[in-house]
Amino acid sequence: MSDRSKLLEVSVWRGMGDEGAYETFQVPARDNQTVLDVVSWIQQSADPSLTYRYACRVGMCGSCAMMVNGVPRWTCRTHVKRVLRDGALQIGPLRNLPVIKDLAADMDPFFDKWIRAGGVHRPSRSRDDPIQQVPPDDPGRVEANKGIECINCSVCYAACDTVAGNPDYLGPAALQRAWTLYNDAKVEDRQAVLDSVSGAGGCHNCHSQGSCTRFCPNELDPLSAIAGLKRASARSFFRRGE
Amino acid sequence: MLNIGLYMAQRLSAMVMAPLVLGHIAVMIYAVQGGLSTAEILDRTQGSVWWFLFYGSFVLAVAAHAAIGLRVILHEMTGLRGRWLEVVTCGIGMLLLIMGGRAVLAVTFA
Ligand code: SF4
Ligand code: SF4
Ligand code: FES
Repeated sequence: MSDRSKLLEVSVWRGMGDEGAYETFQVPARDNQTVLDVVSWIQQSADPSLTYRYACRVGMCGSCAMMVNGVPRWTCRTHVKRVLRDGALQIGPLRNLPVIKDLAADMDPFFDKWIRAGGVHRPSRSRDDPIQQVPPDDPGRVEANKGIECINCSVCYAACDTVAGNPDYLGPAALQRAWTLYNDAKVEDRQAVLDSVSGAGGCHNCHSQGSCTRFCPNELDPLSAIAGLKRASARSFFRRGE
Repeated sequence: MLNIGLYMAQRLSAMVMAPLVLGHIAVMIYAVQGGLSTAEILDRTQGSVWWFLFYGSFVLAVAAHAAIGLRVILHEMTGLRGRWLEVVTCGIGMLLLIMGGRAVLAVTFA
């Protein structure tokens, strides 16, 4: 039996753009409850004007990420019990992104950088060519596979201190995507991938401290992907200098 | 605020500095152990092309390495960017180059 009388002390960010403040709500505690359940309870039972974002509720869509007690998390798969601090929760919009309203961060910069890092498909064959066979155990494919489960949740981007200090920095997810493309047998122009991550906001700005890898809810490893890009671009630097 | 060029300059200058630092420490230990006087040290360094190249390349590497490192810190901590960031990066590099260059010339120029 759950203890129906128990209440959680939940402070939630309210505001638009740069302005706002935390507002506290009392939310009934349940035995099994995710942070997203708590936010939904507030919106449904306490204040219908609370703005937040979610879709799948099962860790697939990447739309529900927020700061929970100062840490970026996917809220639909984060159990309250695991993150509660002295019976209290603080929930805010994702770090390193502009706020639209309340808990909904503006994801545009994140996706714009995804495109700037070359994360769009550039086909190397036309529909008239035969389909390219890619053996699953090909080393490039194995390396590329490590990054393809990214759900674009921006948790790594919110965790990255280099993004915080350098707003032009492409960030871990976009760079990991570039590394996936670099290793993809179907991508012909590898140098173009390296060029798009070698400019002023590129992979060379990463400090390699690994907050991205530590906080990625899908246990991906952008840190190692970025290290791969640095090695590949250094090699191409010498090749070009010849 | 690092592109591939600055990144490589910083890594390569570090690779140049590493053996030179070890060489410098070895020389210091030798000079102290052997009880060399200032005059005896200057006697060996002045007019020596080798010591000029040794400490000259050290100064070049330090100027590049430190200027790029400070550039990153300044950009991320103060938000300095654009033209001023370039000016400050070059300024730090030049300052280190001039100060180091003067010191090298003072001990190697006969
Ligand atoms: S390892 Fe690099 S990309 Fe990952 S959080 Fe640190 S600076 Fe950001
Ligand atoms: S790498 Fe991980 S944390 Fe970053 S966007 Fe993809 S799934 Fe989210
Ligand atoms: S709601 Fe889809 S990942 Fe959380």
